[in-house]
Amino acid sequence: MATQRKGIEVSIAMADAVAQANVDVIAAYPITPQTHIVEHLSEIVANGELDAEYVPVESEHSAMSVCCGSSAVGARTFTSTSSQGLALMAEIFYIAASMRLPMVMALANRSLSGPLSIWNDHTDTMMVRDAGWIHIFVENGQECYDNVFCGFRISEDPDIMLPLAINLDGFILTHMIEPVIYEDNETIRKYLPDVRMKNALHPDNPVSMGCFAMPEIYTEAQMSREHGVRNSYPTIVKAWQEWGDLTGRYYKPVETYRADDADYCIVTMGSYGETAMEVVDALREEGEKVGVVKIRLWRPFPFDDFRKAVLGKKSLIVIDRAISFGGPGGPVATELRSALYGKPGAPTIVNYVAGLAGRDVSRNDFKNIILEGKAKAEKGETDGFTLYGLRG
Amino acid sequence: MLEIRLHGRGGQGAVTSAELIAIAAINKGNFAQAFPSFGPERRGAPVVAFCRVDDRKINIRAKVYKPDVVIVLDPGLLSLLDPTEGMGEGGILILNTRKKPEEITQVSGRNIKVVTVDANKIATEELGRPIVNTTMLGGFVRATGLLGIEDIKEPLLERFGKKLGERNLKAMERAYHEVSIGE
Repeated sequence: MATQRKGIEVSIAMADAVAQANVDVIAAYPITPQTHIVEHLSEIVANGELDAEYVPVESEHSAMSVCCGSSAVGARTFTSTSSQGLALMAEIFYIAASMRLPMVMALANRSLSGPLSIWNDHTDTMMVRDAGWIHIFVENGQECYDNVFCGFRISEDPDIMLPLAINLDGFILTHMIEPVIYEDNETIRKYLPDVRMKNALHPDNPVSMGCFAMPEIYTEAQMSREHGVRNSYPTIVKAWQEWGDLTGRYYKPVETYRADDADYCIVTMGSYGETAMEVVDALREEGEKVGVVKIRLWRPFPFDDFRKAVLGKKSLIVIDRAISFGGPGGPVATELRSALYGKPGAPTIVNYVAGLAGRDVSRNDFKNIILEGKAKAEKGETDGFTLYGLRG
Repeated sequence: MLEIRLHGRGGQGAVTSAELIAIAAINKGNFAQAFPSFGPERRGAPVVAFCRVDDRKINIRAKVYKPDVVIVLDPGLLSLLDPTEGMGEGGILILNTRKKPEEITQVSGRNIKVVTVDANKIATEELGRPIVNTTMLGGFVRATGLLGIEDIKEPLLERFGKKLGERNLKAMERAYHEVSIGE
C-alpha cells in the first residue's frame, strides 16, 4: 500500500479524490469559493484522465437536476457549490433526498446575501439543514480528501441511498495549501468498489420516481425519509471505522480533545476545531480545565455520542457560524440545548456567534470567547447568544 | 513555528511565493500552510498572503498577526503600510528595493533584521518583466536559512515548467547572491 504526501491546495486534493473515486458524472456551476474543485475536475475529464461525463450546466438548479438524473440511473455522481448556488439549487436539493438519490456534494460553506459577501460562514448549509441529506463537517485538507471516499461509500450503501454533503469552510480550507496524504488507487478500489445501485432506472425494469403524493401518503413518505436519515448512523460509523482500519485515520460523529476531565468545553463544527485545540492547549498550561467537543456528523445528529461527551460538564461554550434572526440562538447551540433539555447532569450552554462572512477569529479571539463564556456561565448568563466582536 | 506575511500587489504573485515556500517545506517532511488574504482579486491593488512552517501539524485557521518574517514584493508599498506591523523583536524584513538596509528608517532602533534586494532589476533582466515573486524567494532563503535553493527548485520547476522555471530559478539564485543584509 503506497501513499503519497503532497503539499497541495485543498480544493485540488478534493478534486483528485473525486477522480480517484472514479465518478461517472459531475455536474456543477462555478461559484466562489468552490470553483477550484470543479475547475480541476473539468481539466481531469478534458485531459482524458477520468472517464466521466462533465456537464457544464447553465445554473445550479440545473446542476442538481442533472445530478438527480444521473444518480437515478445508477451513476456515481458528484457536485459542488456554495452560498447563492446552493440557494438556487434548494428546490432540487430537497427532491434529491426525497427520491433517495445517492450523490456527494462538496459544500464550500459561504455566507448568504445580503449584504453580498463571498466569505466563509455556515449560513448556506443551515438553510438546507432539514432537507434530508447527510451532513458531515470537516476541519482540514486531509479530512476533505478522506471523506470523499467515505462519503460515496455511505451515500451509495444499499441501506442508506441518501445524498451526502461534505461541509468544508470556504477559503479557510478551499484555498489553503497544506499537506495531504493521498492513498493509492488499489486501496481506494478496495474501500469503494464501483457503484451498483439497486432500483436504478432502466428500460428493462421500469420504476417511477418522484411521484405526486396525496395527503394519504405524504406523511408516510416523510416518515420513511426520517427513518432513512436517522437509521444511516450505524452505517456511517462503520464506513469511518473501516476507512480508519485501512489508512489509520479514524473519524467519529463527535470528537473530543482534552475533554475527559474538562469542566468547560468549547463546541465547534468545521475548521474552527483546529484553532480551538491549539487554544485549549495554551489554556491548559494556565491551569484552565477546558476541552474541545467537535460535531463532525450534523445529520443524522449523533445524540448519544454528544450526550456521552458532555453530560456532567459545567458548561459548553458553543460557537455558531450563523444567526437565526429573532430566534433562540445560533442553530448549533439551539439544537444542543434541545438535545440536553431535561437530561440529568446537562451542562449549561453559552452561545457565541463568531466569524460571520469571513471575519477572522484568531487564537486570541478563541481565548477571549472561552474565558468570557466561562465567566458568563458562572454568572448564569446562558440565554440567547452573543455576537462576538461586534463593533459600535 | 515560523509565521510569514507577504505584501504585494495583485498580479505580482505574492500568493505563489507563499505556495512555493509551503510546498518546499512540506516536501522536506515539514508541515506548512500557504493562503491568500481572501478577497476579490484586483490587479494592482495591495494584497497579502500568509505562510506558516513548523515541524509538527499546524492547527491554526486564522491569519498571521505576529509574523516572524515579512516579505514586501513591491517597493511602493513601503509608503502605504507598515510592513513590520505585529512583528516582534528578532523579526526579519525582506524588501524589494534599491535601497540599502540602513536606509530603511521605518525600523530604526528596533531589533529587526532588514534584508534588501533590487528584485525589480533582477526580474526584469532575467524574466523580461518585473514579476518578482520567485526572485524574492532568493532573498527569503538567504535571510532565513529555513530552506535551501535546492528545496525550492523542484516545486518551482513543477509550477512554471522547465523553460520558464529555469529562468525563474536563475532570478532566485541571483537574488540569493545579490542581497544586502543589514546589521
